[in-house]
This record gives sequence, C-alpha cells and structure tokens, in this order.
Amino acid sequence: MRYSGWRIIREALTGNRGWAPVWRDPEPKSAYDVVIIGGGGHGLATAYYLASVHGLRDVAVLEKGYLGGGSVGRNTTIVRANYYLPGNSEFYSHSLKLWEGLERELNYNVMHSQRGLINLFHSDGQRDAFARRGNAMVNQGDDAILLDREGVRELLPYLDFGQVRFPIRGGLYHPRGGTARHDAVAWGYARGADARGVDLIQNCEVTGIDVEGGGVTGVQTTRGPIRARKVGIVTAGRSGQVAAMAGLRLPIESHVLQAFVTEGLKPVIDHVVSFGMGHFYISQSDKGGLVFGGDLDFHASYAARGNLPMAEHVMEAAMTLMPVIGKARVLRSWGGIMDMTPDGSPIIDRTPVGGLYIDCGWCYGGFKAVPASGFAFAHLLAQDRPHPTAEAFRLDRFATGRGLMDEEGTGAQHNLH
Amino acid sequence: MRLSCPHCGERDRREFTYKGACLTPPGGDWGAAWDAYLHLRENPAGETRDLWYHEPCGTWAAVTRDTVSHAVAGSVAARDAR
Ligand SMILES: Cc1cc2nc3c(=O)[nH]c(=O)nc-3n(C[C@H](O)[C@H](O)[C@H](O)COP(=O)(O)OP(=O)(O)OC[C@H]3O[C@@H](n4cnc5c(N)ncnc54)[C@H](O)[C@@H]3O)c2cc1C
Ligand SMILES: [Zn+2]
Repeated sequence: MRYSGWRIIREALTGNRGWAPVWRDPEPKSAYDVVIIGGGGHGLATAYYLASVHGLRDVAVLEKGYLGGGSVGRNTTIVRANYYLPGNSEFYSHSLKLWEGLERELNYNVMHSQRGLINLFHSDGQRDAFARRGNAMVNQGDDAILLDREGVRELLPYLDFGQVRFPIRGGLYHPRGGTARHDAVAWGYARGADARGVDLIQNCEVTGIDVEGGGVTGVQTTRGPIRARKVGIVTAGRSGQVAAMAGLRLPIESHVLQAFVTEGLKPVIDHVVSFGMGHFYISQSDKGGLVFGGDLDFHASYAARGNLPMAEHVMEAAMTLMPVIGKARVLRSWGGIMDMTPDGSPIIDRTPVGGLYIDCGWCYGGFKAVPASGFAFAHLLAQDRPHPTAEAFRLDRFATGRGLMDEEGTGAQHNLH
Repeated sequence: MRLSCPHCGERDRREFTYKGACLTPPGGDWGAAWDAYLHLRENPAGETRDLWYHEPCGTWAAVTRDTVSHAVAGSVAARDAR
C-alpha cells in the first residue's frame, strides 16, 4: 500500500474503509539468517537496511513488548548534527542526511521538521566553546551560525533578556536541526522492513542466547527457541541484561531521563531551544504541546520514571529562560531507560562471541541516530566489517584507552555523563 | 526516592551525590581487572549497591536499593562495605 495525497482524499470520501494493517503479525519461524533483538528505532532501522541495502530478507526482529514501546516512543524527538569530535561528527552528519531523505525513502510521513536548533550561551567561555563547535560542524559540511545577543533576540523575542544572573549572550544556530514524530519513525521503518519480508515478532522476549564453541547459534524466547546464523543485540537501556545472556559484561550503566509535555497551546516556540546554564531544552509539537526536558536523574535506574528534584530543576530552568510559558499546565511526565557509556558515545561493534553483534550505548541522544545506526549496523551484520561512518564506535575503546569520544570533556567515567 | 545515610538516617535525595556501583578497586598495574573496575558493570535491574556521598555530614555511603522500584533498603559506611 502506498500513501499519497490522492489516496487520503479518496479514503476520506469513502468512509476510510480502504485502510488495512500495514504490517503482518507472523508466527516466529524456527530459524533465520539474522535475528535482531529489540524492536525500537535502531532495531527496526537495522532490519530495514538489511533488507533494502543488503538484500537479506530472512530476518526477524524480536520485540518483548510492542514495536516502538521503548525509548523510541518516549524521547523529545530532537534531530541534529552538531557533534564536535571526529567519529561522532561524521556519523551524525550522515544520519541527518538520511533523515532528509527519509520520508521519500520510506513513503511515510515521519513529520521531520527542520525548524532550526539554537543552543544558547551565557558566558565568554561558552561562546568560545560554541564557536569551536560551530567551526567543526561547518568543516564537517553541516550548517552552523554563531548568533550574538541581538541575533538571538530576532529569532526568540520571548526569552527573558532582562535576566541578569544568566544573561543571554548569544547562541549557536543550526538551521537544519529540528524534530520528527518519534512513533512515525518506528512505524515507517517497521512497515518498510515488513514489506521486504522481515518478520516483526512482538510479545516475544529473548530469555537466552545460545552459544556453542564460541559462536552464537540462536536464541531462547518466550515464544520458543529460534536458531540464527547471526544475532544483533539492539536493546538500548536493556543492553546489559541481554548481553549477560551471552556471558558478556558491558561498559554500560542504565539511567533514567525524564521528559515533560504541557497542554496544547497556540504556536509560541518555533524552534528547538536549549539553555546553557542548567540543562533545559524545549520545542513545541505540531499538536501544540510544549515538549521539554533536562538532565538525567543521575543514578542507575530501570524505573522508566524519575524523581521530583530533577522535575523541579527543569521547571526552574524553564522559568529562568522563558517565564512566558509559566502558566502552561504540565499534562504528563515520564522517564526512559538510557544506556549510558563512560564517554557518552555509542557502540556499534562485534562482540567476543562469533556471530553476535551489538549496537548500544546511545545514552540520551539516540533518536537522531536511528537512521545512521540502522544503516551502519546492517552493514556490519551483513558484511562483517564496520561501515566507515561508524568505525570509531568500538567496544574495546575503554579497555585500550584509544579512541574515546568524550564530547563533554568531563572524563570517561560512568557518573559524569 | 529518599536515600539513607549510615549516620543521619533517611534523607532527601538532593543531599547526595551519586558515584556509581560499589566495587573494590583491584591492586597492581593497569590490566583487565582495572578495566572491569572502571568501565564494566553488572547494571542489575533489581537490587544494587552503589556509592553516594552525603554532603551535609561528609560520609561516603554504600546504599542498597532497587533500581526498578526505587525502594531503598538501607546503607552502611563505604569503608565497611567491602
Ligand atoms: C525522555 C527522553 C528524551 C530523549 N530525547 C532525545 C532527543 O531529543 N534526541 C535524541 O536523539 N534522543 C533522545 N533520547 C534518546 C533516544 O530515545 C534513545 O537513545 C533511543 O530511542 C534508543 O534506541 P531504540 O529506539 O532502539 O530504543 P528502544 O525504543 O528502547 O528499543 C529497545 C527495544 O528492545 C526491547 N527489548 C529489551 N529487552 C528485550 C528482550 N530481552 N527481548 C526482546 N526485546 C527486548 C525493548 O522492549 C525495546 O522496545 C531521549 C530519551 C528519553 C527517554
Ligand atoms: Zn549523613
């Protein structure tokens, strides 16, 4: 089934009776070439590119809940390519290019909106850091504009420019940055993968990984054993537990990150804006809700809900930066499980177990990475060598100390990112 | 989540700074044991013991708590935790 404007008009005129389920609900087969564990954004994108780029169609995605029920449907949807360090920089640049063609590629409206991202700065030191970051982005071929205070005022007149404790000195403007509809990204990749023959199997939790003679032979699931030539672990916040099924211990600690949304309002925030003093970032969804968040709660957690101190901090930052939103009522808040690595950068690599591959460590920034991560992980699974855009995401970089990518410059230590 | 300090009892979470899993540093030079100590984690969903610094009294506390329910079972001074 192809989507088009014409199709929508025809369905509207005929009572919307022509729509059908967009993917199958197959029974698991007893064996596949490739089994992907985890039906989040990264797992679904991996399956899609395995089928579309590498022609591998004997593939299953095993999801313990429902497709898109994990962090891919819980994030604040910011898509950007403003990373600084080699390794990250080219990867996220590639990802943004894939985003820009994604709706045509998938024939699916993921509501990718390049509304522009502005990271504010409040001191000379921050300005220097953002100037360097902007130069790195331009060198990578992406877009960055350093705005002074007046430049920011022109774009964001509603900010509190009279505020003296954390004065707004300017911002780094990334016009191609923006947001997308998170669920639609999962659904679009799911539909594309299913159409190419991939089995998407929901309510199927992987409970064991079978290893014989140092190589993977399949998985145990709540819907029976499934044999596989190759297995990819793409379980984000649950990576540690799934890897443990193969006897591996990962450089990962799972933390909680919260997000908040208000009642729907008329358009007020046109861009994605982040505050440089205290962590706070905000955008407005197409439904009108203000979507915002801040830092991790900063302790290991699988609760998928946060604590009040961080909620308070986020509200305080909001009121400091833009008191204009102070009367908006918060409708909901929630948390997601973040797979934090010591240096804050991801892992896409082989594991010490033959035929077992892993894509994890997305921390709080893995939504924007969905297309490029799926692309690179599919390449690794199919070709058994890393894709050039993701070569730096090695599992052994902590053990060797070579190639750490610590964007924040705080040190490659678990409690610092 | 309210954490407990071995000296001060149950206190507001904001009085504490999180350090991470309560592990014993290995002796000797750099090697696999140091990599494991610094980087690799059990990362359990359920009961865990981690280190928190209680700022008002300056104690390093080893807190036993549940990462799924956020229930806190108690704590001992870090030096007694090994
Ligand atoms: C509040 C919040 C805000 C965020 N904001 C942003 C943002 O603005 N921009 C950005 O780029 N990123 C953001 N992120 C991060 C981003 O959402 C994640 O990094 C990314 O979604 C993780 O990858 P995923 O989509 O594959 O994970 P998930 O959707 O979590 O997928 C993993 C899947 O694996 C399944 N699974 C786990 N264990 C098993 C098992 N044993 N068997 C079978 N299946 C299993 C889970 O059920 C889950 O569906 C945010 C995250 C949160 C929580
Ligand atoms: Zn105390």
